[in-house]
Parts: sequence; C-alpha cells; structure tokens
Amino acid sequence: MAGQGRADPRPLSPHVQVWKWHWTMAGSIFHRVSGVGLYGGAFLIGAWLIALASGPEAYAFVESIVFSLPGQILLFLWSMAVLYHFANGLRHLIWDGPMVGFSPGLASLWSMFNFAFAIIGAAAIWSLASFY
Amino acid sequence: MTTSAKNVRGLGSAGTGTQHHIRQRVTALALLFLVPWFMYSIIHACKAGYEGALTWVAQPLNAILLILTLSAALYHMRLGMQVVIEDYIAKSGTKQALLILNTFAVIALTAATILSVLKIWFTAGA
Repeated sequence: MAGQGRADPRPLSPHVQVWKWHWTMAGSIFHRVSGVGLYGGAFLIGAWLIALASGPEAYAFVESIVFSLPGQILLFLWSMAVLYHFANGLRHLIWDGPMVGFSPGLASLWSMFNFAFAIIGAAAIWSLASFY
Repeated sequence: MTTSAKNVRGLGSAGTGTQHHIRQRVTALALLFLVPWFMYSIIHACKAGYEGALTWVAQPLNAILLILTLSAALYHMRLGMQVVIEDYIAKSGTKQALLILNTFAVIALTAATILSVLKIWFTAGA
C-alpha cells in the first residue's frame, strides 16, 4: 500500500450486498439513504433562503426552479425523505429511550409503517399544498 | 507511564463516541418538534411569493424557530455524514479530507443561512 495512503486496518461497515433484503434491513438502509439525501436537500433549502435574502432577481431565479417539473419532483422526493427520516428517527429514539420495538414481528411491521407513512404522507402534503 | 498497545498502533477508541451519540439524539429530539413546524411553514412561505416569504421570515417567532431548525438540522446532518464517511471510506487520507470537507461545508451553510435570516429580519424593520 506504499504511496497510496495508509488504509485503516479496521473493517468497513457491511455493505448492502451482504444483506438479505427484508423489511427491517430496508428500513435501516433507507434511513441512511434518506439522511444523505436530506444532506443535499439542506443545501438546496439553504440556496432558497440565501436567494430570499439576496433580492428579487435571485429569488425569481430560484423560484423558477422550485416550480419547474424537475424542481417539483425533487421537492416531492425531499418531503418523502423528511417524513421517512422523521418516522424512522422517532423509532430510533424509542429504541434508545423506552427500549421497545425489538421483536422481529413488530420490527418488520414498524418498518412497513414508516415506508407507508413517508409515501402516503408526502402525497397528502402535496395534494393539500396544491389544492389550497 | 505506559502507552497502551492499542494507542501505539492507532487503533484505540477516540473517546468521543458517547458524546457523538448523545448529540445526535438531542438534536433529533429538538427536530422532532421543529421539523413539523418547518414543513408546514416552508410550504406556505414558498407559495406566498417573494414579498410573502420575506414577511414570513421577518416575523420574530418565525426567525427564531428558523434559526433553531437550521442549527439543529445542520449539526445533526454533520454528525450523520461523519458516520457515513467513517463507515465506508477506508483510505486514511481520503477519509480525513472528506471529514474536513463535511465540517467546512456544513459550517459554511450554517453561517450563510443564519446570516440570511438575520439580514431579512433586520432589514424588514419589523
């Protein structure tokens, strides 16, 4: 490894391909995926806020992106990621605090609920936001 | 005075894991209350156009909650991204570079967004 930089001898976290797909595994990996997505989303929300502080021209530019089709799709995915990370984050807090929800049956059901919450919640927010 | 073998080999615990874990949870707890408010408000502000969005940010309660949401969310996401980098990047130099980039990017975004809120708040004359 000389000249390539010292590799950390500690093992890497297990990657997605060594896991069998099941609800709780998907629930965990999507918590991380949505978290990374929201990291990017925060920079876009930040751009909106900075544009608002910069003046009407900058804001008009950002607004034209927000209300374009790609912008709307991105916002829909963003709200889905927020809701999923929120629901599954609450689950993490319940694991850490009251320490309930570890039995396999309940854990799988809870994962399914979180996915459903994110998809249905985002659709509900979007229809409410566009109709009134 | 002896140095333990794990430290000589650079494999010991950094000793900051517990603090990291607790901070991740405390910011999560704050976001549990702030995010629902933020989701509701940002949609209204976005639909209100330039003047409407300015009026929204300029209200003291909104400005305070916005700064709290930004602080908690950005700190939370810096901690989260740190773990993702540590988990998947084995090469020491690349890992250190990405960890520093994560810190710089998040602090820059924090400074820029909070300054934006304050600028709107102060210049609106509310």
